[in-house]
Amino acid sequence: MELSYFAIIIGAIFVNNVVLAQFLGICPFLGVSSKVETSLGMGAAVTFVMAIASLVAWLIQTYVLVPLGIVYMQTIVFILVIAALVQMVEIILKKVSPALYQALGIFLPLITTNCAVLGVAILMIQKEFNLLQSVTYSVATALGFALALVLFAGIRERLDFEDVPKAFKGVPIALITAGILAMAFMGFSGLV
Amino acid sequence: MNKLKIILSGIVKNNPTFVLVLGMCPTLGTTTSAENGMGMGLATTAVLIMSNLVISLVKNIIPDKVRIPAFIVIIASFVTVIQMLMQAFVPALYASLGVFIPLIVVNCIILGRAEAFASKNSPFDSMLDGIGIGLGFTLSLTVIGAVRELLGSGAIFGCSFGIGDYMPLLFVLAPGAFLVLGYLMVLFNKLAKK
Repeated sequence: MELSYFAIIIGAIFVNNVVLAQFLGICPFLGVSSKVETSLGMGAAVTFVMAIASLVAWLIQTYVLVPLGIVYMQTIVFILVIAALVQMVEIILKKVSPALYQALGIFLPLITTNCAVLGVAILMIQKEFNLLQSVTYSVATALGFALALVLFAGIRERLDFEDVPKAFKGVPIALITAGILAMAFMGFSGLV
Repeated sequence: MNKLKIILSGIVKNNPTFVLVLGMCPTLGTTTSAENGMGMGLATTAVLIMSNLVISLVKNIIPDKVRIPAFIVIIASFVTVIQMLMQAFVPALYASLGVFIPLIVVNCIILGRAEAFASKNSPFDSMLDGIGIGLGFTLSLTVIGAVRELLGSGAIFGCSFGIGDYMPLLFVLAPGAFLVLGYLMVLFNKLAKK
């Protein structure tokens, strides 16, 4: 599949935004996004893990699963790799950069269950990207995730001061807000 | 515990979608039609029942420290089985659900039930819990799918009412998923209060 890097980046951030168009990573989107600051932290942690995870997943797919003819093991292998990776990143960060660990620390364990990470790993294999394209795609997707998270957090911070009807409080109003945000992102469709 | 109560609590009192708000990704991503929603719900139910049963059988063998990775491997194995079965027997549904089938692995409902129920209860009860929660999930997904299909393309389960041209396509697209789920939740909250 021939796609320019620019098209991959714009496509992954805006047109097919991972949260608002592909519905991956909704749990952290609804759970963590009540403050702009925490969403920035979560976005950074996801970008970090997603880039490494897709790199490792691509290498495993190309050099282990395909040559051995066990592509059907993909789901099991990828989820284990991601879980192990998150643990490893946590341990390494703790040693190498305690400051960064302080900032990202609490978000890291949450990432294993973030379906966006596994989703991106599977999608990039489906799209038959090469290594560099895969990493570009995953970083761009993660940036799209961070963008949606931060935008949404900004809206929710304001929403806290509004008089929301009782039945709408909490998740329902968040979903409706996300719906309107998704409509705005639909304006990007057809761009790439 | 009353056996019937275990099943019923999964459908209403502990409804995974409207009460526990778990498994949002497939809920939003696969409910473009009633059929897709139901297919996703049933696939998840199958995985949930099997994983609950097996986890409850092996719960005493697995050391506490490695239980989460062990659970994930068990769940991932069943997801792979379901994935291959669906690819072979319902290829059209398999194609339209796409990436969300392997993603059943990270559906928090399944790991959540493994941890909260199957690791503490007998195999039979765990299976019933899987059936209850699975049916609750399937029911919510089917309802959301039906509402979206009706509003977006004027049909339910592919059975058209001849009004498709007048309906806003928006509800089948991404924003419609958020809006329909949001408003259904409001409705559920209102009804549950009474």
